[in-house]
Amino acid sequence: MSRLIRTIQLALKSLLLHKLRSGLTMLGIVFGVFSVIAMLAIGEGASQQAQDQVLELGALNIIIRSVKPPEDSGQSGGGNRSRVLSYGLKWTDFYLLDKTIKTKSKAIPVREIVQEARHLHRSLNVRLVGCTPEYMEVNHLKLSQGRFLTDEDQRQLTNYAVIAHETAQELYGIEDPVGSSILVGGTSYQIIGVTRPRTASAAVGGSLSGQDYNKDVYVPLETLRSRMKDLVIRVSAGSFSAEEFQLNQITLLIRKREDVIPTSEVVRESLLLDPDHVRKKDFAVVVPLELLKQADQLRWIFNIVLGSIAAISLVVGGIGIMNIMLASVTERTREIGIRRALGARQIDIIQQFLMETVVLSGIGGIVGVLLGLSTPYAFGGIQWFVEVFVFEAGSGNSELAHIFSDMKPKIAYWSLPVAFGISVFIGIVSGLYPAFAAAKLDPIEALRHE
Amino acid sequence: MKLAASLHNLHKYYDLGSVVVKALRGVSAEFPRGDFVAIMGSSGSGKSTMLNVLGGLDRATHGQYILGGYDVAHLGDDDLSRIRNQMIGFIFQSYNLIPQYTALENIEVPLHYRPGYPAIGAAEHNRCIDLGVMVGLGDRLDHRPYQLSGGQQQRVAIARALVNDPAIILADEPTGNLDSTTEEEIMAILDRLNRQGRTIIMVTHETAVSMHAKRRLHMKDGLIEREDTGPST
Repeated sequence: MSRLIRTIQLALKSLLLHKLRSGLTMLGIVFGVFSVIAMLAIGEGASQQAQDQVLELGALNIIIRSVKPPEDSGQSGGGNRSRVLSYGLKWTDFYLLDKTIKTKSKAIPVREIVQEARHLHRSLNVRLVGCTPEYMEVNHLKLSQGRFLTDEDQRQLTNYAVIAHETAQELYGIEDPVGSSILVGGTSYQIIGVTRPRTASAAVGGSLSGQDYNKDVYVPLETLRSRMKDLVIRVSAGSFSAEEFQLNQITLLIRKREDVIPTSEVVRESLLLDPDHVRKKDFAVVVPLELLKQADQLRWIFNIVLGSIAAISLVVGGIGIMNIMLASVTERTREIGIRRALGARQIDIIQQFLMETVVLSGIGGIVGVLLGLSTPYAFGGIQWFVEVFVFEAGSGNSELAHIFSDMKPKIAYWSLPVAFGISVFIGIVSGLYPAFAAAKLDPIEALRHE
Repeated sequence: MKLAASLHNLHKYYDLGSVVVKALRGVSAEFPRGDFVAIMGSSGSGKSTMLNVLGGLDRATHGQYILGGYDVAHLGDDDLSRIRNQMIGFIFQSYNLIPQYTALENIEVPLHYRPGYPAIGAAEHNRCIDLGVMVGLGDRLDHRPYQLSGGQQQRVAIARALVNDPAIILADEPTGNLDSTTEEEIMAILDRLNRQGRTIIMVTHETAVSMHAKRRLHMKDGLIEREDTGPST
């Protein structure tokens, strides 16, 4: 023990003799460790965001969505050429799933129509969502005023509506919307609640587009069904199109996590029992848990790529150490000779030089870890700089700017010991050759060295 | 008469590929305890090689070198390091102090490499200070080599040579870099050590310096050509 301490003291003493040189050598390791941690933090942050988005969809959910089929398959409806496009999930599908899937705790049907909403002279295109009371919970909506829809509303086909934050702002301004009425698609609803602002969910996995919950109007599904029927007619600039569909989405809430993926298979199979679905390919099953696993894999690829790039700088730092130690061995040949003459064994010399590189890279590693811990703050500074001087200044791609300013590096705590360990390891590896070179010197030659 | 060291038919050859240089060609000599010997000779006579072998810095090609009762002529590197540490005190012409250490730290260096690597205790620390005082460096112990004169540096080296209480002290031209006044001071210290019973083997080519020794071995062509004894001061 005392020997170890003595060796460390000796190493520190030698390193302090050339403060500038040791400091500069250390910088290589400092930045190497820092960049490993920073890169992994950025990667971790990005994947965390992806994960959060998926988790927002609910890890226990299976989301079945209506998909508009490709033109040709949709119009060849048994020779009966119709201008009405009929597709999507049907109520029968909902009943089928509701009855047969035993692993679920809830099945929630949803119908969405984009409609113009009016209040007095103001109007806004909103998403009219016919839903059940569970919709709020499943989509993590929170109320700022009033109440959400209830089962009672469903049964009684009430004309109640809950409107989203932005809908309320656009149509009512500073007015209190609760108790007031809103006109959507020719039907008047009485507003009973307002939801809080909610960040839009991002598009996930191609089959689920992003959803902006801020321009919604929620009404009881049964009410919507009785008012609007299943036909949606759009007239635009001389042409008109009509679509017939019953449900946009069925969300199944599964009780146990391990049942989610098997159940999703069953759901797919069950729906394909209907020849209409087989022909039109008009639904998609989205399993957030599956996406979560993909996101997890992506995270590893991300981490490995970014980590390797950063590790290169650590290797460069290691080469710097080896370089300086080789120079040091040459410079201190005489000292090595003296120590050998006074009784130092080869292993003592090896230890002495190796300890110097270990101390060098160890201290460098610690400083690097401390710097790495500041990554989120440092990154915030970079974000600010880029936002102010790059995107503001000119023809900034606003979407890119948005993605960039949304990035939040998250320090992967396992990366701290790993980066530190790698730095010490590189210190040892790059110190070995100079240390052995020093130990192999012939004491007589070394003593003669000028 | 107890022997501190003895050489028996010692050979040292350097294989340079095309030629084999025979630096020592069967040297035999005995060094009783308390001896003070000067090894003399021109360059190329083999005196440096003999000093290297005596100091455990080099191994003999064949022959015996008995030091403290052991044949150390053919030991491995680690064992030789231990011999150098425990049995031999070196004094070099160019002092060979470690530049970043103070005088006292330089005196302590051999203690770092003792077998088993024991910690340096207060007693040993004090002993180093005493040795420094003994060679006349009492007020210079916290100075670094570049702050010391040549004579002072050599005093540090002498104190360092004594720290592990060696069987023999090997001095290689100990006054070669010093002016005559300082030379006298250093030789006076060596004389005093010899009077205290230390065995000293010294390589020199200066007759005046060699006259401090009890006897002189004259080397030529890898052999001891003759020996003369003379007055020791």
